[in-house]
Amino acid sequence: MTINRRGFLGISGAAIAVSAVAPGLRLIELAEGRAPDQAVTPKQRWGLLIDAAKCADGCTACIDACHEENGVTGNNRPATDPQWIRKVTVEDNTTGFRQSFPVMCQHCEHPPCVDVCPTGASFKRADGIVLVDKHTCIGCRYCMMACPYKARSFIHEVTTGQKTHAPRGKGTVESCTLCVHKVDRGDNTTACAVACKKEGHEAILFGDLNDPGSEIRKRLKQKPSTQLRPDLKLNTGVRYQGV
Amino acid sequence: MKRFTVGVFAGLFALSVAYAAEPAKTTRVPAPSIQINKDRGEQCVEPTEEMRRNHMNYILHQRDETMHRGIRTTKHSLKNCINCHANPKTGSVLGKDGFCASCHHYAAVKIDCFECHTDRAEKKAAIPAGRPRQALAPVIRTALGQPRQRHQP
Repeated sequence: MTINRRGFLGISGAAIAVSAVAPGLRLIELAEGRAPDQAVTPKQRWGLLIDAAKCADGCTACIDACHEENGVTGNNRPATDPQWIRKVTVEDNTTGFRQSFPVMCQHCEHPPCVDVCPTGASFKRADGIVLVDKHTCIGCRYCMMACPYKARSFIHEVTTGQKTHAPRGKGTVESCTLCVHKVDRGDNTTACAVACKKEGHEAILFGDLNDPGSEIRKRLKQKPSTQLRPDLKLNTGVRYQGV
Repeated sequence: MKRFTVGVFAGLFALSVAYAAEPAKTTRVPAPSIQINKDRGEQCVEPTEEMRRNHMNYILHQRDETMHRGIRTTKHSLKNCINCHANPKTGSVLGKDGFCASCHHYAAVKIDCFECHTDRAEKKAAIPAGRPRQALAPVIRTALGQPRQRHQP
């Protein structure tokens, strides 16, 4: 087979045009936020990266911001008050090294809470966010028992003054929503990440684990990270560094 | 005899006309009080008759779309309902003059929405695009027996 000069130029021109357009299309697709009438897709997998080395001992800025953002209120009863984020302090028994870091819903790829839910109220959205559909939650609390991270809380008492974007009521289970209302709005951050940055720690980073160009993926590539309880093979959306 | 029968029927007919013409306010059950924010326009997202009968289906459909698929269009969202229909004085759709509560109380249908959802309008609720702002909406009279006059564009 022989290709004359004109044929060669034509083919190579077409090839250049295709390679120029294809990356362009991809860039637009990644850069633009989702329109309100578009459904979530598995193209994104939202997650957090928590740098435990940067998390300050005794600081509760993320918890306060989370509870403020989502209207989570308690009744001064620590045993039963809801917690969407907990500050966990761990100590190495051999060396005595102590560190603390926030633990919230880990937004697992294979969430045990979804497996055990008898009504389908506990579910994982296409973009990886694990949520409770309180319309179908019957308050059985199986998910609370199944969760290895103790991430979920039960609302024991009548709630008032809820936020418009975060309905919550007595007799249902709730947990971190990864600020799903902010994600859907295209804010590309969470209340805890904003608060941590404001405090100057920058220990929490929100991002798309599926996007190789995202800050979270770059940071994950640079330094080693771990999941909590990786032995459970849940492939969590929340990753930790410096633990 | 024939004349008597005709007379009786004529009398009955006259009575029934008189009864039908009687104003509806004599009902023993207080009619729901419905007030809307006057600056939000008076056209609901669907025709009024449709909304009266089927509002729950619209909200139910939107509920699942938003919860599971992340679709957050405002047209049929509960948030949009509340922002428009909250009582201008109390800022709520519940209470004695609340849009939702007064009608549901009248119809004796329990609503669960506000066990979890807030009953209050957002403080700075934006008026949805494409909905003309109208200077004055006439005070809406109670829904029952007196269908509201709607201005068709």
